[in-house]
Amino acid sequence: MAIIKTENLAKRFKDVLAVDYVNLEIEEGECFGLLGPNGAGKTSLIRMVTAVSPTTAGRIWVRGKDLERSAREAKAMMGVVPQLDNLDPDLTVLQNLMTFARYFNIPKNEARRRSTELLGLFKLEDKRNSAIRELSGGMRRRLLIARGLVNNPRIIILDEPTIGLDPQARHLVWHKLTELYAQGVTRILCTHNMDEAATLCDRVAIMNEGRILDLDAPSTLVARHVGSEVWEIEVASQERERLLAMLESRGFDFEDAGTHIYVFHVIRDDALSGIVGDGHKLRQRPANLEDVFFRLTGRSLIE
Amino acid sequence: MKPFSWRCIRMWQRNKDVFVKLWHSEAPGAIAEPILILVAMGLGLGAYVGLVDGQRYIEFIAPGIIASYAMFSASFECTYGTFFRMEYQKTFDAVIATPLSVEDVIAGEIFWGATRSMLTGTVILTIAAAFQLVHSPWAILIPLVCFLEGVVFASIAVFYTSLVPAIYTFNYYFTLFITPMFFFSGVFFPLSSFPEIVQNLSWIIPLTPVVHLTRSLVSGDVHFGLLWSFGLILLFAAGFFALSLVTMRRRLAI
Repeated sequence: MAIIKTENLAKRFKDVLAVDYVNLEIEEGECFGLLGPNGAGKTSLIRMVTAVSPTTAGRIWVRGKDLERSAREAKAMMGVVPQLDNLDPDLTVLQNLMTFARYFNIPKNEARRRSTELLGLFKLEDKRNSAIRELSGGMRRRLLIARGLVNNPRIIILDEPTIGLDPQARHLVWHKLTELYAQGVTRILCTHNMDEAATLCDRVAIMNEGRILDLDAPSTLVARHVGSEVWEIEVASQERERLLAMLESRGFDFEDAGTHIYVFHVIRDDALSGIVGDGHKLRQRPANLEDVFFRLTGRSLIE
Repeated sequence: MKPFSWRCIRMWQRNKDVFVKLWHSEAPGAIAEPILILVAMGLGLGAYVGLVDGQRYIEFIAPGIIASYAMFSASFECTYGTFFRMEYQKTFDAVIATPLSVEDVIAGEIFWGATRSMLTGTVILTIAAAFQLVHSPWAILIPLVCFLEGVVFASIAVFYTSLVPAIYTFNYYFTLFITPMFFFSGVFFPLSSFPEIVQNLSWIIPLTPVVHLTRSLVSGDVHFGLLWSFGLILLFAAGFFALSLVTMRRRLAI
């Protein structure tokens, strides 16, 4: 059964439709990735699903219950790790966890036990009595994730959990998120990091302009939209028009990105090298989720 | 308006914990200033003031000082304090992702502001008693009156905070609302000094019934007419409390 289900879920801000009537089912225990450029509507979607933002239209069910009527109950089983640091700067590291546990009505002894355990898991034991301003960016983010786990959530929602982390800290976070799988915790991940999505997520939704463009396992998305390999042609400007016309007439699936042309779903290598000729640099590499992202959401900056 | 729940105590506890941790940075100012005013105005200026019924001036102003500093406590806590927590520290965003609702958070803020009023009122009452300015056992009710007064001013402050774009806007709140109230609610001179129309108008401002009530409790002049003041305070409290929950939901749950 889907742990989270949305039906025609929409969010409008004045004249912008941030979430455009989305239907979504997130399965219990999976790691679900939400990918999309800035302004795609990911955060608006998440804020509605976590019951902090009212919906413009549509309905949301969490574990089969209408979120409108059981917001408190739903929030009690969710952990939210926001993109922006909202740790409580008036409190120490340990107090941040203890105070947060109290919002969930967790008894003091239990709160202390969990907080201590989480500080250990996220390698923050030495900082337990430090002020928040004394922590590095990486430590703050780890504490933010630890805080999101203090209520033993059944669903954890992370918005850019590893942004600004060094590779060591990022792997620590990835490792912890993978461990949550064993406990059957549903994980929802908003990210711009394609590696992260491909490594961690069972399924990924690609979102743009408030709509979900496609949703599937990362490898399936890659196979569907770009094939297994991508050919990159670095093209000289005077040759460009001729080459594009040629690719077009032979029915290749390609994308013109200015200095480079990307060719997808190439079945026979020689068919392509025949056309391209010696004048251009030709490179073949494995396709990845980033190619899918660009194909579906475009290359230009959206503001 | 959506109702708040008992969970507002969690927000209150958070603010209490922070206050207990940092009280030494706030408390001295909050205690020293009313004492200074009491001494400077009461004894200094009071030497030149003759009241009609022969009361000493310092005795006349003491209950008003209690009421107005209780007002200041809740007002600072729920303007600058609330705005800081809401906009700079994003504390409310973090808390509304837990089982607390916007209404719980705001009710917790208001009850905390009221608690600050009660603390301030009680401290000044104790000091006034030490100056032998309290003449009636009815004064024991003053902390409760200050709490209720705190709910009024915390609610008005939160309501204003829910509307402002930037922290500078609080200058207006204090110069155009709080300070006039300090001078025109009968703290420093009887309202009867004003023309009748101003006397009637001054009952619209929420500090006037509080000053009236604390003055009566300190002097022991307790009669049924005070219920009118008490009712007025209750009315202000209920009205602005409800209003602030509505406008804060509009600001936070977007």
